[in-house]
Amino acid sequence: MRYLFRTSYRQDLRAWRHGGDLFWYGLLILVCLIIPLVMGEFYVGELGGVYIFAIAGVGLMLLVGYTGLISLGHAAFLGIGAYTNSVLLAQGVPFLVTLPVSGLLTAVCGAAIGRPTLRMSGLYLAIATLAFGGIVGTVFQKWNAVTGGFDGFAVPTPYVFGISVEGATGVYYVSFAVLVFVLWLSVNLLRSPIGRAMVAIRDSEVSAQSMGINLAKYKTLAFAISAGITGLAGALFAHYVRFLAPDAFDVLLSVQFVTIVFVGGLGSLRGAILGAIFVRLLPQFIAIMRDSLPFGIGRLPGLEPSLFGLVLVLVILFQPDGINGLWLKTKHWFEAYPFKRQASGRRQKSYARSERLR
Amino acid sequence: MTALFEARDIAVRFGGIRAVDSVSFSVQQGEVFSIIGPNGAGKTTIFNLISRIYDTTEGQLLFDGKDITRAPPYTIANLGIARTFQNIELFANATLLQNLLIGRHCHSTVGYLSQLCFLPSTRRAEIRHREKVEEVIAFLDLQRYRDSLIANLPYGVRKVVELGRALCIEPKLLLLDEPSSGLNVDETEGMGFWIEDIKKDLGITVIMVEHDMSLVSQVSDRVMALNYGKVLAMGSPREVQTHPEVVRAYIGDVTEAEA
Repeated sequence: MRYLFRTSYRQDLRAWRHGGDLFWYGLLILVCLIIPLVMGEFYVGELGGVYIFAIAGVGLMLLVGYTGLISLGHAAFLGIGAYTNSVLLAQGVPFLVTLPVSGLLTAVCGAAIGRPTLRMSGLYLAIATLAFGGIVGTVFQKWNAVTGGFDGFAVPTPYVFGISVEGATGVYYVSFAVLVFVLWLSVNLLRSPIGRAMVAIRDSEVSAQSMGINLAKYKTLAFAISAGITGLAGALFAHYVRFLAPDAFDVLLSVQFVTIVFVGGLGSLRGAILGAIFVRLLPQFIAIMRDSLPFGIGRLPGLEPSLFGLVLVLVILFQPDGINGLWLKTKHWFEAYPFKRQASGRRQKSYARSERLR
Repeated sequence: MTALFEARDIAVRFGGIRAVDSVSFSVQQGEVFSIIGPNGAGKTTIFNLISRIYDTTEGQLLFDGKDITRAPPYTIANLGIARTFQNIELFANATLLQNLLIGRHCHSTVGYLSQLCFLPSTRRAEIRHREKVEEVIAFLDLQRYRDSLIANLPYGVRKVVELGRALCIEPKLLLLDEPSSGLNVDETEGMGFWIEDIKKDLGITVIMVEHDMSLVSQVSDRVMALNYGKVLAMGSPREVQTHPEVVRAYIGDVTEAEA
């Protein structure tokens, strides 16, 4: 066990808890920076995809895991970010401008959807955001002049400081930089009054209100921030897929984002990243294993969606804290060794408010 | 003495039921004012009217010389009114420290951008809030629970935490909704001492809804008894407790019982 001896309030405000954290996260960043130098193009590309989904996951986590509002329309925000970025790039606007603009514009869209849905929660909010996703999807299909409709839209190659962001490696580094930036923003958010207000809204609206928290303002803000971050992911997603088609941003993608948040573990940024790794790499893992599985299981149609469904159900039943909860338990086991108590591994029975349908 | 809070003929109807029916009272600066009455008398409804969760159908609410009858609920804390809830409305998945810091929300003035980037101004503000929170923690003797999750704390401690969260608002007026409900005799006595300390040391005016008459007599300066949304009696704890209307509301008509 590590016992922290704190000597100033400043210490409690740091983004990291102790020197060990700083060392390990630093090492992780270093490893991530080295990966493209030692790994093949395919793996680098896949990891780039993981980062992009992790960014979107962090965005959705702030909304679902911390504010307790559900959204089944986040694919639409990803799409808005992707199209904004690509359309502006095609107009000759530099990438370093289009990227933040995509985020900001998506944030505005998020505020616009957040505002009228303020009184909703649970199922009703899920349906409202689902409808929003459907509407935006239709706009992508029909607004030929801007999106190119079903013909699609070839995404121009962006330049950062005169260097073209091309291929898997380019997308990898840009996505990694944005992911680190978004995590930094989120950590800041969560240790300042906005983040606390969000958690307060999640746990008890009525007492949040009597603490002076303007529910309308903070719910809208949470929607805006969440959408904005997802918009950033969208801008990168455009470069990841290189060719935008409206059917990429359907409800299945939104459900994938929700899976990231739930499987990763509600109410933890680390969970969003672990969830993204899971959601992106499971299909690849299945593809690689396909031929070596016995009895031809690998060639069964619908293997991937059914595995996703199974995992989601198992997680909700047995591990409501998700992969992050599993990680924390494992860590606790090693820290407490050999004094692990029976109760420390017991199934979590407490659910975050957002899971209860009100 | 000046009235810190005044309710003038307030009434609220839910459908055909008049939950509160033209109730008037004023609370003086620095006093502990208790509201008693049988279940369903409208005590908590009055609290919800003051903290603006419900809208009054008639009447006026005045606080500190300002009319708050139609003030939005989230502005009440900024004006200096804090409350606790009968069934504890803490933020269960956060630590005690975070709960108390949320109580500081109405005092936060740092801009959004500064918070997102955690600029030095945010850091300074956070340290200021933390110092204030630590004062409350020390005042209520909660040091050993500082980093515990609320979900893991015993009921009695949560009750005190909720009181602490309300104190973090630095209110002028504190509304306590059944501070002793669910507490054992010892804890109730402790709660009585906290309320006396809040009145004497912090100079905060308290309005309290309470069933435990020993606690009411211990701490209250004045008591108001309600039944069916109407005021039965108002005065010192002793006067109200022996008031024939109050006795009848609680235990029925004595003459009827004898007959």
